[in-house]
Amino acid sequence: MAQLILNHLTKHFGGGRPAVSDVSLTVREGGFLALLGPSGCGKTTVLRMIAGFERPSDGSIDFGERRLSDASRSLPPERRNMAMVFQSYALWPHMTVAENVGYPLKVRGISGETWRKRVREALALVKLTDYAERRPAALSGGQRQRVALARCLVTSPDVVLLDEPLANLDQHLRKSMEETFRIFHERSGATMIYVTHDQAEAMALATDVAVMHEGRLMQMAPPAEIYARPEGAVVGRLIGRGSVLKLAVPEGAPRALEWSMLRAALGGIGEAGGGNGALRDVPVRDVLVRPEHVRRDGEGMAFRVISCVFEGERFALTLALPDGQVLKAYGDVAMKPGETARFVLSRGWRL
Amino acid sequence: MLERKNLRSRSRWLRFPFQGRATRMPQVRARAGVSPADEPRWLAPFVIACLFLLCLLPLISLAKAGFAGLVSGRSIGVLTEPATFAAIRNTLITATGGMVVSVVIGALFAFSVALTDVRGKLALSFAFMLPMMIPPQVTALAWVEMTGPASPLLKTLGLAPPLGSPQPLYSLSGISLLLGVQHAPLVFLALKAGLSASPRDGVEAARLAGATPFRVFRDIVAPLSLPGLIAGAAIAFVSGVGNFGIPAILGIPAGIEVLPTLIYTRLASFGAGTFGEIAVLSSLIAVIAAAGLILQQRALSGRDYRIIGLSGANAAFSLGRFRSIVELALVAILFFVLVAPLAALVASSLVPAYGVPLNLQTVSLRAYEEILFRQSMTLKAFANSMFLATASAFGLLAVSVPAAYLMTRRKGWLADALGILIEIPYALPGIVLAVAFILTFAAPLPLLDVSLYGTIWIILVAYFSSFLAVSLKPVMSAFLQMDPSLEEAARLSGAGFLRRMGDVILPLVAPAAGAAIILVFLIAANELTVSALLWSAGTQTLGVAIFNLDDSGSSDLAAALSVLVVVMVVLLMAALEALAKYLPEGVLPWRN
Repeated sequence: MAQLILNHLTKHFGGGRPAVSDVSLTVREGGFLALLGPSGCGKTTVLRMIAGFERPSDGSIDFGERRLSDASRSLPPERRNMAMVFQSYALWPHMTVAENVGYPLKVRGISGETWRKRVREALALVKLTDYAERRPAALSGGQRQRVALARCLVTSPDVVLLDEPLANLDQHLRKSMEETFRIFHERSGATMIYVTHDQAEAMALATDVAVMHEGRLMQMAPPAEIYARPEGAVVGRLIGRGSVLKLAVPEGAPRALEWSMLRAALGGIGEAGGGNGALRDVPVRDVLVRPEHVRRDGEGMAFRVISCVFEGERFALTLALPDGQVLKAYGDVAMKPGETARFVLSRGWRL
Repeated sequence: MLERKNLRSRSRWLRFPFQGRATRMPQVRARAGVSPADEPRWLAPFVIACLFLLCLLPLISLAKAGFAGLVSGRSIGVLTEPATFAAIRNTLITATGGMVVSVVIGALFAFSVALTDVRGKLALSFAFMLPMMIPPQVTALAWVEMTGPASPLLKTLGLAPPLGSPQPLYSLSGISLLLGVQHAPLVFLALKAGLSASPRDGVEAARLAGATPFRVFRDIVAPLSLPGLIAGAAIAFVSGVGNFGIPAILGIPAGIEVLPTLIYTRLASFGAGTFGEIAVLSSLIAVIAAAGLILQQRALSGRDYRIIGLSGANAAFSLGRFRSIVELALVAILFFVLVAPLAALVASSLVPAYGVPLNLQTVSLRAYEEILFRQSMTLKAFANSMFLATASAFGLLAVSVPAAYLMTRRKGWLADALGILIEIPYALPGIVLAVAFILTFAAPLPLLDVSLYGTIWIILVAYFSSFLAVSLKPVMSAFLQMDPSLEEAARLSGAGFLRRMGDVILPLVAPAAGAAIILVFLIAANELTVSALLWSAGTQTLGVAIFNLDDSGSSDLAAALSVLVVVMVVLLMAALEALAKYLPEGVLPWRN
């Protein structure tokens, strides 16, 4: 086992901005990295470069001491000892489930009883022992997914790549597959890289989350860290459901803002027109406020309710600040649009 | 979505679907496989060399010989001869007349099958496609046997005109009519491809807006189907310009020459300037064909109706009580263009001698006995055609599978350039190609000092060139419909190029490759145009044998051989139909 290192990785497909631009990151040994970003952000291209399907235009990919790819040379995918679960699962329709799962072994020259034993073990792990002789066409979406996973398990690969593996499954199956992935990761000890645009999936599974946007790596950190301390407005908006407010925060203020500082900043914008003389020289900053940190409190400031949507476990409120900026909050009771109520912003994060 | 380019390519079912298909794939997939490490180094040079040899080299030789002939002045005379002018005029008249007939019949069938609720659509389509699969010289023979004073069928029915009265088909209008019948399936296919992509919800919206079925047809369906109609008409015209079998059987006895038959007779009376002359004459054919295609492009420009929304106009119009009438009309047309001529052909093959009426006393299988057991010429032709058809059907896979793989995996200029190369021999009439191959291989091969000219190998090479597109099309659709991640998964499993070819890719394209083999075999076994120019003693093909038997007056033997050929065609088409459910969409022309 070794670290997977991406070093200034760049990929041009010709024309326009590069699909991937100067991405450097290190996946720790046996780590589970989620590559998170909106569609078209270059995350799949990064994955395909790691697999060896695309060659980087610049930069390099190393696995421990071994150079996998750079602009001039590229180790072909078949010699990387990696495995991948494709979005379409990529099961070979002319082979049975067992043949699909056992193909990587067959290519490595393993046959006979050893082959049967290892295929059986892999199928047992994904609970598909009874389906060994079926064709993929006779399986449901979730079962196909598990066959694809078993095919990854069978050869103990160094790196397992997952390209939006849950995108084609329904909500219920997703939850149970997430569990399967987690168990798989614990048992195999392989480095896993998981591409997704679903932040809940990324948070739930990964040891590290890397956020990509327009081909660039914005931030990489453990899930709790990236949620609590996002870098920049892009990550702030992408992770969680927070609101990014433009507030005048004085120079030298800490990044984690308390209610007292937020009230001062909000008070500045509260005074209409150019009345905020004292704050004129203070630069306007992006401040992330998460809805769970906005609570109703008689001590707070008065905001107008724009909308109130019942979400089952709570109400999602959209509030308007005095200058028109929009703030999201959660509430326990229904409120009427147009109503005014007092709220406290217990925490904010300067981006 | 229906782009014009796509429509043109779909209209000729043997063309490639890749321009249109590629757009359906997600962006990332379209980029897949740009890495040069994806395929072995020999693959691209191999494919490029094959395509150069089969597609570009003959054309270069043709241009060179024509140019040399004109510059030296030896073949410049052919351009001013009255015979050439007459041939050009006849070619234009018959091709245009044929186009009109094709459009009328083809459009009637296409509209009925694609838009109305007539019954037995698959059977109607299958039967209507048959004339295209039956070799033209057989069609011509069958019609000659059906009409005219010596027709055994008419004699048996007592309808034959008196002996000595002229055969009505030995005329420009006869040639036009038969060209029309032969190529009507091309219009049918072009139009049906366009109609099955026309918007169902567009038709339904017009109905809800209050339009009567007739108005819907006039205001919605007709304008949308016009591009398909124009494309079909152009293909029918170009095919008519290059057709050799029909004017050879109908025109030569009446002294009517068209350009393809003129080339044939010139080559038969071989002289000093012949190569230059036939090069110039076939360039004329190429020019007329190109003019037809350019005219089509002009007519199509500005008619780029992209289809938005749900397509598939199945049974958009219910015919009500007219349904039986329309069905009857369609069956009647099929009777006249298919059943009656084939019945006449069978009848002629069963009479003991020319001019004898067919009845229980006269019926005899002598002609079959003769061609199957006595005539060494027909047996040799049979063996030659089987060899040529088998060799081109299987041999072409060695080119078309790597070419299709390369063109789907590698996007960009290389794939585009290869696509254009393959279109060249396909767009050229067969006779032009045959001349090009004569010119390419007339001289001994460099280094080897062996001449292919006069051997069966020159026919084989010409077949490779003509039918490359036929072989490539099904294989290409299979590759396009295959999820690229299937191969990528095999790569990550550790399988090298040859390993994943054998284990994953070939099994997945196998049904399409099977269809390619049968299609090429079907067409190559019946081919006449190319082999008529390239054969010599001992290398005659089935097509040539039928033509020669008829030419030498043995119409009963020609008819018997033709019947066997038709039986073979139907059996092969039935084999394809049996394969249908394993095949990628769009491979079988008579299916939706």
